Amino acid sequence: MNAANPTAPLQDAEGVPAFQLRLYVAGQTAKSIVALANLQRICETHLAGQYSIEVIDLTKTPQLAAGDQILAVPTLVRRLPEPIKKIIGDLSDEERVLVGLDVRPIGCAS
Amino acid sequence: MGDRLRPKPIENRQTLAKSPTGIRGLDEITGGGLPTGRPTLVAGSAGSGKTMLAIEFLVRGATQYDEPGVFMSFEESAAELTANVRSLGFDLDTLAAQKRIALDHVRIERSEIEEAGDYDLEGLFIRLGHAIDSIGAKRVVLDTVEALFAGLPNHAILRAELRRLFRWLKDRGMTAIITGEKGEGLSVTRYGIEEYVADCVIALDQRIERQISTRRLRVMKYRGTPHGMNEYPFLIGAQGISVLPITSLLLDHRVSADRVATGVARLDEMLGGRGVFRGSSTLVSGSAGTGKSSIAARFVEAACQRGERALLFAYEESAAQIVRNMSSINIKLAPWVKKGLLEIHSTRPTLQGLEQQLLMMHDTVRTFRPTVVAIDPISNLTLADNDVEVKPTLMRLIDFLKTEQITAVFTGLTGGGDAITPPEDSQLGVSSLMDTWLLLRNVDTGGERNRTIFVRKSRGMSHSNQVRELILSDQGIDLVDVYLGDGRVLTGSARVAHEDEERVAAQLRGEDHRRRLQRLASRRKAIEAQIAALQAAADEETDEVEFAIARGSLDQEGTRRNIHELARQRGAGPTPGPERK
Repeated sequence: MNAANPTAPLQDAEGVPAFQLRLYVAGQTAKSIVALANLQRICETHLAGQYSIEVIDLTKTPQLAAGDQILAVPTLVRRLPEPIKKIIGDLSDEERVLVGLDVRPIGCAS
Repeated sequence: MGDRLRPKPIENRQTLAKSPTGIRGLDEITGGGLPTGRPTLVAGSAGSGKTMLAIEFLVRGATQYDEPGVFMSFEESAAELTANVRSLGFDLDTLAAQKRIALDHVRIERSEIEEAGDYDLEGLFIRLGHAIDSIGAKRVVLDTVEALFAGLPNHAILRAELRRLFRWLKDRGMTAIITGEKGEGLSVTRYGIEEYVADCVIALDQRIERQISTRRLRVMKYRGTPHGMNEYPFLIGAQGISVLPITSLLLDHRVSADRVATGVARLDEMLGGRGVFRGSSTLVSGSAGTGKSSIAARFVEAACQRGERALLFAYEESAAQIVRNMSSINIKLAPWVKKGLLEIHSTRPTLQGLEQQLLMMHDTVRTFRPTVVAIDPISNLTLADNDVEVKPTLMRLIDFLKTEQITAVFTGLTGGGDAITPPEDSQLGVSSLMDTWLLLRNVDTGGERNRTIFVRKSRGMSHSNQVRELILSDQGIDLVDVYLGDGRVLTGSARVAHEDEERVAAQLRGEDHRRRLQRLASRRKAIEAQIAALQAAADEETDEVEFAIARGSLDQEGTRRNIHELARQRGAGPTPGPERK
């Protein structure tokens, strides 16, 4: 899996993407792959150009698990905007992901 | 030869590998520690000491058994934990820096977490695995893993993952403690995780009775090994946890034929001439003011004078007060305290429960290592608790002291205290545990109270059956024989008065005898005089009779001679008169 963000983020006025997301996974499991795919799809749909995604594989860097208090995998951490939010699971429930990220879904905005 | 008959101690029947916890008492109850390479569940209500037990298990493992440990906390942060156990002398920072202990705080905030799809707890496994690998841990604590139930909404996943976690710990050969909050009703833990941790379950409990709280520990289950089944009180003291087991499940402590002087010479005399056995326990009971404390203090002083270490637990007076008061009867404790041979511990027993009190004694005794311990009085300990609890806990204390070969004196305040209703029976509960029982009584006669002492029992020695009077004076403690007479026991002034009376009566009797003898002598003299007079009279009469007879015969002769003379003169023949006769 690509560890870095595969999509070029659009940047806000200061040059930092509004949504900094981090996805913690444990190896190349089915759940991890599904989760990343789901995340990329949701971001592209609702946050196009305003996000960055960092994928952390805990099997390679276990010491990073404590920093963001990771227990469950996959866990998506919204580092920005604050406050920090966590969404656990394979992100298959799009609605819950959007609630967790505090993003108003496009399409019902009007 | 008794060894063959004696059941083997639990340790020797050990079948499972066990890892010692290093916690005082717990290893005795479990016969060597927790099952090696398996998880143990420690369940208890809030504040029952689960975390303390777990952390001590880790710290002792790291420091005493060279087994590093991981503490994964789901409740307290590493900093909080470190601060909390610093009071017990555990320095987690240093141990962590030495890589002997790893702390990981798992914080889970329900409000921060959104569930969106399927997940597992591999992150937890990775964290734990990482911590274990980083220090080469042999021990693991999960405290309190049930906090996850509050943080993670999907309990089905959580349960499956916990089951996997415990399996995983086993596979990695971790000796683990998993703590859990006590559940409602019969369930051991709130979320029933005891289902997954089946090897060893320890329940902790904190109960409040009469406003005094006592912590208790029980091994509910220990697969494949015998263990103590009872509830054992435990204390979180200055040196960590102490569990108070019945130190000798078997009555097999060493016995000594050595004797220890009580410090009162005549009391030793009453006890077969040589005092009590070393390692025995003596009860001195009596009502208020009978001199119990004085005897206990003398006992302690005598030990110090022999150069032994002594410990005095006082529950009625402060140390300074004891020292002052005892000096009034020539018991000098202050120099020994200064020399370090004597320690006086004064506390109010109501401060803690009985068991905590006894535990505190345990700890003190273990630290100070005395040969003589005096507890003044045990009845104050019983004030706080009901009698049902007193006996077993005292039994534990006595057994403990016996095992340590410590000679103990307990004083016991009895109710009542007059001689009419025997007050001693109020001590029946504990007296059976004692080897020697001295009974002090106030005897109220002639408008004053006096102290008496007698040996109610003394196992294994001939002892006096006599009542003695106990005299406390500025010279010290002494026993004197009481006055026995008229079927009564007299003490004090009554004894002195009676002794005086006795002396006067004896004097009078002596006088009387002398007078009688004198009278006899003079009567004898009088009689003798009479005899002499009668004799004289008799002699006189005899003389007179003899004289009369003599004169009579002389007269007759004279007459005859006259007749012859006349006849011759007449020249005639003899007179016919006498010839005719």
